[in-house]
Amino acid sequence: MPLGLLKYGFSKAHPSKRHFNKPATLKPSYDVVIVGGGGHGLATAYYLAKYWGITNVAVLEKSYLASGNTARNTAIVRSNYLTPEGVRFYEESVKLFEELSNEFDYNILYSKRGHITLAHTDAAVRTSRWRAEVNKHLGVNSEVIYPDDLAKLCPHLNLSQDVRYPIMGALYHPPGAIARHDAVAWGYARGASERGVEIHTHTEVTGFEIQNDKVVGVKTNRGDIRCGKVLQAVAGLSSEVSRLAGFNLPIKSIPLQACVTEPVKPFLNIIVVSGSLHVYVSQSSRGELVMGASSDPYSLYSTRSTLEFKEELMMHLLELFPFVGKLKILRQWAGITDMTPDFSPVMGLTPIQNYYIDAG
Amino acid sequence: MKLMPCPMNGPRNISEFICGGEVEQMPDPVNASDHEWADYLFIENNLKGVVREWWMHVPTSYWFIAERNTETEEIIKTYPASELYRQRIEFNK
Repeated sequence: MPLGLLKYGFSKAHPSKRHFNKPATLKPSYDVVIVGGGGHGLATAYYLAKYWGITNVAVLEKSYLASGNTARNTAIVRSNYLTPEGVRFYEESVKLFEELSNEFDYNILYSKRGHITLAHTDAAVRTSRWRAEVNKHLGVNSEVIYPDDLAKLCPHLNLSQDVRYPIMGALYHPPGAIARHDAVAWGYARGASERGVEIHTHTEVTGFEIQNDKVVGVKTNRGDIRCGKVLQAVAGLSSEVSRLAGFNLPIKSIPLQACVTEPVKPFLNIIVVSGSLHVYVSQSSRGELVMGASSDPYSLYSTRSTLEFKEELMMHLLELFPFVGKLKILRQWAGITDMTPDFSPVMGLTPIQNYYIDAG
Repeated sequence: MKLMPCPMNGPRNISEFICGGEVEQMPDPVNASDHEWADYLFIENNLKGVVREWWMHVPTSYWFIAERNTETEEIIKTYPASELYRQRIEFNK
């Protein structure tokens, strides 16, 4: 059997297909130029081609595909937000993710796990109740549960009252899921590329040509191009790119750190979050525990990792799951988040005509 | 542990401090347009590079000014606000 597998693997009869073709040169002009080859930029290219028949499109990515924040998140998909606008917006997103593997004919490893947000204080239980009622009103499946039900859902969770932050209840959101974030970007890239969109990696935008407050061209390290419209989808560097176009944003760049442990056998099906302890943890399909904590306390563009982050995260994680104490950290990273004053995304028009933004 | 050299308390763990945002020239509150005022309140320079910011040492409530590089996470220098603001600012003109 292993020999057969090797033969199959090295056989020329089953070549692995590239996800997208990289054209050798940039065309002199495109109808739409998308700056940023991450999830958002590639999705926009895909839907422009699929639903609007706009295929004279270039996606420009300064590094390799999906190398920015698309590769630096913790892969959680959910819609149990507090504001009605947020709930409706993210509910659409959850529905989209659920169908994405079929849509692409490409497995994004979408895995519906259920999502619990722990409450350690009366105030947090009250907020859970508030979120659950807003969610239910808008048709989103969320409910408040208490330690007896928590013990059934997640038997390993330390529900002892004899800890620093005892668990009083939780917001349970059954549709909560995780997905393979890289595959989402690759699926969109493949679908867009098949429909005629050009994806140019290692192409950095160095400026824009703007005439009478209207964008007419994009300057890159591989030459200048003319364009009809521009979309900026460069979360993490939004302020720097918008500065090239001549306007500032209500955004602060704050690092969000995360890490994974070495892989172990599956034991944690559900996604566990604690807002007050600043912990979220899930077990990936590879068996690694994927963990994150709170944002850093001040703005920064560096994706370094700090000891404070790990100390705080581990302190709280060990209280929730004391038995993971022997697990080793395998990797750590940070993504740069675009923080807006109300924590909502910035999407749509800008002061520059034909220049659109997707950030925040 | 990242150290912040406080002009009053000396080098302390940066977790003892909060960042108060960029040092910006306040527009005249009486004559500024709504647009200018909103710009002052919400729009950020958010520079990748050297920035000049207000910081406070929380245990002593001491506000000062720090210059740091947001790309390399270096703190370049810190000094009392009196070095920038030599005159009292009157708000109720």
